[in-house]
Amino acid sequence: MPDQTQTAETEANLFRRFIQVTKLDTRMLAMMGALFFIWLVFTIMTDGIFLTPRNLFNLTVQSTVVGIMATGMVLVIVARHIDLSVGSLLGFTGMVIAWFQVEVFPLGAAWNWPLTVVIGLACGALLGAWQGYWVAYRGVPAFVVTLAGLLMFRGGAWLVTEGRTIAPMDPDYQMLGGGIDGSIGATWSWILGGLAIIALIGGSVYARIRRQRFGFGVKPMWAEVGLIVVGSALVIGFVMVMNAYTLPRTDTPRGIPVPVLILIVVVIAMALMARITRFGRYVFAMGGNPEAAELSGIDVKKNTLMVFIVMGVLCGIAAVVTTARLNAGANSMGLMAELSVIAAAVIGGTSLAGGIGTITGAILGAVIMQSLENGMVLLGVSSAMRQVTIGLVLIAAVWFDSVYNKNRR
Amino acid sequence: MNDVPLVEMRNIHKRFGGVHAVNGVCVDLYPGEVVGVLGHNGAGKSVLMKVLSGANPLDDGEIHIAGKKVTIANPREARALGIETIYQTLALADNLNAPANLFLGREILTAFGTLNDDAMESEARKVIQRLNPNFTNIVSPVKTMSGGQRQSVAIARAIYFDAKILIMDEPTAALGPQETRMVAGLIKQLKSEGIGIFLISHDIHDVFDLADRVMVMKNGRQIGTRRTSEVTKDQVLGMIILGKLPEEGTEEDLKGFH
Repeated sequence: MPDQTQTAETEANLFRRFIQVTKLDTRMLAMMGALFFIWLVFTIMTDGIFLTPRNLFNLTVQSTVVGIMATGMVLVIVARHIDLSVGSLLGFTGMVIAWFQVEVFPLGAAWNWPLTVVIGLACGALLGAWQGYWVAYRGVPAFVVTLAGLLMFRGGAWLVTEGRTIAPMDPDYQMLGGGIDGSIGATWSWILGGLAIIALIGGSVYARIRRQRFGFGVKPMWAEVGLIVVGSALVIGFVMVMNAYTLPRTDTPRGIPVPVLILIVVVIAMALMARITRFGRYVFAMGGNPEAAELSGIDVKKNTLMVFIVMGVLCGIAAVVTTARLNAGANSMGLMAELSVIAAAVIGGTSLAGGIGTITGAILGAVIMQSLENGMVLLGVSSAMRQVTIGLVLIAAVWFDSVYNKNRR
Repeated sequence: MNDVPLVEMRNIHKRFGGVHAVNGVCVDLYPGEVVGVLGHNGAGKSVLMKVLSGANPLDDGEIHIAGKKVTIANPREARALGIETIYQTLALADNLNAPANLFLGREILTAFGTLNDDAMESEARKVIQRLNPNFTNIVSPVKTMSGGQRQSVAIARAIYFDAKILIMDEPTAALGPQETRMVAGLIKQLKSEGIGIFLISHDIHDVFDLADRVMVMKNGRQIGTRRTSEVTKDQVLGMIILGKLPEEGTEEDLKGFH
């Protein structure tokens, strides 16, 4: 065999081998590439404004509400359902929170806002359970149940105060929305960043030890170390950007915004739920083959109900962030959000046929959409053209997915 | 052989709307015995077995397991009684890998109550290794696997959990000759371990050599049960096609088959 062919072959396979060894998700890499490309184009077109700490800070905060709900939408779609009601559910829950906080409970009481948060989450869970009940135990298609929810909860949001906007919210509560005081400062940001890196290293070591104990193959050391280095660099870069944006007329760094922390906690919790709990495994099994799930003894109805309850709680969390950020409860909260949330999940690789999707993918999808929106606003693109563009991106993303899946088989 | 049957199904009825899919069928199964359940497509054999596996709870009749009367309302209850099933469709979640499918509904958990994927992979490797030594790439999604590999996963799932009663619905339908021999060998081995096996097939040749007895169904009714040592293949074929017992069938009838 001549050496030249050998070399050519090796080069062609180098990338594939790299992927095999590092066990990276190629689809996720492609999305990160797309995101990088979008950022690059906007940075050039806006003469660097897009990549300023101020803009990246805002971009991050703007992505949180859709991101929080998209993590739940992944589970809903993976289980072969859909939830069209999430925007209205956010709106109604937000109005309930605002009403209790401003008009029912005494203003200024220390327990006021924490209790309203609990009420908001409970309200989301309850309405999620209501929808899940009809889908799981009464066999009404999720499309219909949640379409009804879209109407009912939007109407309900109006009924809470007959359409009045309620303001202002508790000053401490507003921090949850990431306003002027809604960030944790430079020191805490570095502490959390450090903890994240320690968790990254600890997780890799733990997984490695466990696999070795079972005698399975492990990644080569260079791949393991390389992934930790890249991950740590991302964490450090993120903290540096968040700290580079200062409070107005001062040099005080803002640090990580509270809503972004909430999103991070939600993403970690949901990703763990999807990957290492029985519930997560069952949701994927139900999406892959509902009949097989049933025959394996999985209580499909109960788990379907659970999926909608989780989605409802996430809408409640999103409602908290929205009302805190808005410093008010208004009827228009979450209007059309269901479409952004579904789009984020789908751009993030969730298959509408069910069974396939990742939480991290949905977050990347949400950031990609928000980046497009944000960049086009900076460029002065009209709202109509922005909608057209994002619509086209949605089609392109799903088309790419189907081509990608065909090639892989 | 034991006196108490592992399974005794008495006067089983199952209706779907106006269709009487299983009409008063009785069948039993002893430890270490293979009973072939034969009939054309639509004869009701799969429905009868799904009554036992919990997928289709019965409308009327009685099931006794090891002498005790039981109700089987869903697949979980059937599994708890030691009844494992290999479905014709295999009932695999295509998006999950082999260990996840093998342990679906009965996952191995860590001390924290989370999924212990490494332990499940390790156990899955052991049991699949035994069935199909060439099948090593078990952690890809099942949809990327060949028919034989998928079948191995379904069989592994049924035998891993110490089944006492095994239902195999057309277990070799998707397999090549070599894999079919593998399954036949497996059935003999399980039989020697004292497991009772119901072997469902529409093809008598799949079943006749492996089964101790055959039970023939036609249009939801039971035609009869015979020891394979006491009848010929042709006589059983007569039961399947004509719906008549060997004593009732004439030489004339049998000539038609050849």
